[in-house]
Amino acid sequence: MLEILLDATVRAGTPILFATLGAIINERAGIINLGIEGLMLIGALSGFAATFVSGNLLLGVAAAFAAAFAAGSIHALVCVQLRGNQIVSGLALTMFGVGCTALFGRSMVGQTIDGFERHAIPLLSQLPVIGKAFFNQDWLIYFSFLLVFKIWFFFYRTRWGLELRTIGENPAAADACGIPVNLYRFLAIACGSGFVGIGGAYLSLASTPMWIENMSAGRGWIAVALVIFAGWSSVRALFGAYLFGGITAMQLRFQAMGTTISAHILQMLPYIFTIVVLVVSTLRLQKGASQQPGNLGQPYDREDRK
Amino acid sequence: MLQLEHIRKTFPGVVALDEVSFDIATGEIHTLLGENGAGKSTLMNVLTGFYAPDCGSIRLDGQAVRFTSPRDSLTLGVGMVHQHFMLVPAHSVLENIMVALQGVPLLFPRRQLREKIAQTIEEFGLDLDLDTPVWKLSIGAQQWIELIKLLMRNCRLLILDEPTAVLTPQETEKLFKVLFKLKQQGKSVIFISHKMREVMEISDRVTILKKGRSITTLERGNFTQNQLATLMIGNDSIPEWQKSLPFSNELVLEIENLSVRNDRGLADIDNFNLQLKKGEILGIAGIAGNGQKALAEALTGLTRVDSGRVLAAGKDITRSCARSSYIAGIAHIPEDRKAVGIAPDLSLDENLILKNFRAPRFRHGIFQSRSAIRRNAEEKIDQFAIKAGPKGSPVRLLSGGNIQKVIIARELSEQPTVLVALYPTRGLDIGSAEYVHKVIAEGAGNGMSTILISEDLDELYKISDRIAVIFRGQLIGYVDPATASREQIGLMMSGEASK
Amino acid sequence: MSLQFRVEKREQGSALFRALATTASVFTALFVAGFLLLAAGVDPAAAYLEILREALGSSYGLSETLVKATPLIITGLAVSIAFRMQIWNIGAEGQIYMGACGATWVALFSGLDTPLMLPAMFGAAFIAGGLWASVAALLRARWQVNEVIVTLLMNYIAILLTDYLVYGPWKNPDGFNFPLTAQFADAARFSEYFNTRLHSGFFLALFCALALYLLMERTIWGYQIKAIGSNPGAARYAGMRTGLAIFLVLTLSGAIAGIAGFSEVAGLQHRLQHGISPGYGYTAIIIAWLARRSALGVVIVSLLMGVLLVGGDSLQLSWQLPVAFAYAFQGLILFFLLASDFFINFRLRRLKETADA
Repeated sequence: MLEILLDATVRAGTPILFATLGAIINERAGIINLGIEGLMLIGALSGFAATFVSGNLLLGVAAAFAAAFAAGSIHALVCVQLRGNQIVSGLALTMFGVGCTALFGRSMVGQTIDGFERHAIPLLSQLPVIGKAFFNQDWLIYFSFLLVFKIWFFFYRTRWGLELRTIGENPAAADACGIPVNLYRFLAIACGSGFVGIGGAYLSLASTPMWIENMSAGRGWIAVALVIFAGWSSVRALFGAYLFGGITAMQLRFQAMGTTISAHILQMLPYIFTIVVLVVSTLRLQKGASQQPGNLGQPYDREDRK
Repeated sequence: MLQLEHIRKTFPGVVALDEVSFDIATGEIHTLLGENGAGKSTLMNVLTGFYAPDCGSIRLDGQAVRFTSPRDSLTLGVGMVHQHFMLVPAHSVLENIMVALQGVPLLFPRRQLREKIAQTIEEFGLDLDLDTPVWKLSIGAQQWIELIKLLMRNCRLLILDEPTAVLTPQETEKLFKVLFKLKQQGKSVIFISHKMREVMEISDRVTILKKGRSITTLERGNFTQNQLATLMIGNDSIPEWQKSLPFSNELVLEIENLSVRNDRGLADIDNFNLQLKKGEILGIAGIAGNGQKALAEALTGLTRVDSGRVLAAGKDITRSCARSSYIAGIAHIPEDRKAVGIAPDLSLDENLILKNFRAPRFRHGIFQSRSAIRRNAEEKIDQFAIKAGPKGSPVRLLSGGNIQKVIIARELSEQPTVLVALYPTRGLDIGSAEYVHKVIAEGAGNGMSTILISEDLDELYKISDRIAVIFRGQLIGYVDPATASREQIGLMMSGEASK
Repeated sequence: MSLQFRVEKREQGSALFRALATTASVFTALFVAGFLLLAAGVDPAAAYLEILREALGSSYGLSETLVKATPLIITGLAVSIAFRMQIWNIGAEGQIYMGACGATWVALFSGLDTPLMLPAMFGAAFIAGGLWASVAALLRARWQVNEVIVTLLMNYIAILLTDYLVYGPWKNPDGFNFPLTAQFADAARFSEYFNTRLHSGFFLALFCALALYLLMERTIWGYQIKAIGSNPGAARYAGMRTGLAIFLVLTLSGAIAGIAGFSEVAGLQHRLQHGISPGYGYTAIIIAWLARRSALGVVIVSLLMGVLLVGGDSLQLSWQLPVAFAYAFQGLILFFLLASDFFINFRLRRLKETADA
């Protein structure tokens, strides 16, 4: 029972994990990205379509990354080069993603593909309780583990990571050190968006190998809230995402057990829980040292200083 | 080594630099001297690639160069310690220095770098823990980090923008020693200041900027303090005004054991005591960052007071919000004009009633009386000589001096008993600064008491009746500007001596 | 010699230039959306002509445009009043649903009659929408919890709650198990005009626009909202209670959006059902942004959006385009608006080649 629940938790949490990681990369560079929901859908559709056409799952993941990278570049262009309002641009990106995938996804509705399959990792998958849940999964999930570590390593052990963090905190300081602020920001937004796209692709290639209009169903927004919960740290994002995976898994479990509680009410749980978590983590943020990048949401204009 | 010729830079509506030319030789300490707003920082920002000049040329070692970004100037060995430090407060000292280094591989050789940085810090005899986040350090220490960043990048030309504003006289001496050493090593230094004494001590040459133009460059030995002052201020007519009448002994404001903590839990104001008399201009001297802002905000009710009391005319106003403090008669000229002084998108008329928009004369019930608001604005524009833009245009389009006038006009409109002025002339041209002094002095004549917080000793000497010295959030003592020496105040400002 | 450009801040551009830039961005969005249509196998020229013909070509089409514009005006006003204070109410969609639920509850279960019924429904919708938004408002005002995320997540909850009601306790017992409530009695319906679906809600929307204009531009409350929106620091310093104002304005914003829900159920649907708002709350964000703070602007932009929605509905029938396509179009408009803002606020200046002077 616990094993099944844990397994469902990881599978439900993974798309949110990818999306949260992508959002963290954006925000570490000082850019708010509210387009996560739209990017997930773009990733989900392009991943599915590429796999459907080519029959190759890897190509699907690559297509999801590339499409979301391209869509994220619009946000980057508007926020970084054109210094537009990041909130409005993010909302526009979400609307654009929802609309475009609905338009272009018409022909994909009802099609099926063979999704990602499980590959047990020898020895590790034999571990009691957690073995099955964490090490008898598909390749995308293993990739997400790796990504969590890689992002941490990137931010805290490499020069580029330090430079990017400096940009998010104080772009003028980064500029004074000779770091090309706008280029870094652009790449961070585009690459972060790409990972969000992979999160979307997980939905259409692994969770349910098909395309359904608006299939992300608010997961992108949950990811945006999780960034705050995770304190902009990739490792904590892992816990956050699985927390939500857990709620979703339990809710599905309840429904499967035939409870008398309405499915509609049960479906509210992840959203309500996200709000609660958001409030708690905001409060914690205000009490302790804030990990929020100091320049979050501000466009950088070299000549515009006090 | 470096020549700038005919540099011109305009911002919307302002000519910040107009035909500025000057040059700097190898191994020279060259001072840029000028009033606030003369264009010193703008010029240096052009030199470091932050601002693109509209026209003009820069030559380095005879070669024409163009700095299109800070990166360009850094690679050519030009580095600057900005007035607003280019540090990340949340990052550690180590991270802040590391990010500035050049040619570091993608994966940090952390141990090596650490040793190298620690070594450099030791060379300067500084006591810095590499893992401390920068926000925990004093402003003086933060400035050293900025300097170390440049030195580790091997800059040939170092620009220091008013470095002594955040240092005690003793720390300034130490800085000067370092600068002399650098000079011997063949590096060039551009030193920006408006403090005459320092300029006399350190400069090989001085270039004077005034209203965006370079007036002249003088060699060491060819200038005296008075000459420089005259050149810097020029022929601006300084309005005459009567220094305030002797003030009475009636206490209007008492501060008792006041303590204010900031959001990081540190005490900005620590057991502070102060007494203000009716009609007095009480100057508060101190190095920036010693609790001046917290004091002003506590007095005007903007910050929560942790302990202690503020009494206005014997009435406890400690725990009231800004509005009731205002009713109790405290007006405030804030430090950061654009951040708290005005609502930038509202019109001049609307900004002039920001604090008293609830007054019955400005409204009919819940509706605003537009004609009354307009009349009020016309009155103030006339009285305070505000240069207003087109009617209804947002106030942010006005110049800094005019915005300051808007704030003063608004603050003084309800005949306050106490004015708390925080760096009221910072960034103003000399005419506007004089005007502010005049208004304060006139107010004192009418019985208004002023707390004038400034880091400019000249200003304090000029108009204060008494000077109180603040250090690390505590009152060190009072001095009489008529008798006290600058050295005495300087020592008190560094906490070395009490009265 | 290379051409180099430098971005420079512009002094405030003229009103004419702003209007031109805004119009240009809408047309550019139309142009780019044409390529999307083309890619989806639809002839854009024919599609745009059809939109115009359907929405403006007949008196029925015109009335439908006004019908669509009604909820857009009301929600657009709701979002724009929060905008004035730099508060983002992305939750208008959910607030519409809650307003509709509140009005439906009164219509079905209060037993009131003609003179009282509609006002009571209005009040219930106003309160329901306001209460819904007050959650985010309280969190934002008291603890600075990000209102964008909270209001948005509340949309999902509101829609699920409505579904719960129409699939469960409020389902019409004689409705053959469809997820619908019973039809409202006549007392709970707006009057309709000219033999079309145009209902009193449209006039209610215009009234709201006038009321909010007066509130924002003429009263001391509006003055405070503008001051806080312009600079919260200065407002706090001037003794305004910014926290309270944020709470009240976001709550009011939700309450107004709730009125839109009331207008939809009382004027158009005459019952509560799944999907009563096809995303009016999101379109409202664009309207508020396009209208650039003015109540009159909200009315004008809403009418234009009404044209698009009516036309979009007919495209859905004739070309089998999904409803959500309208979002792609709206997203594009927003992108181009932001881009036009850049050209309003900045200008590119060619750097003179001076180094060799």
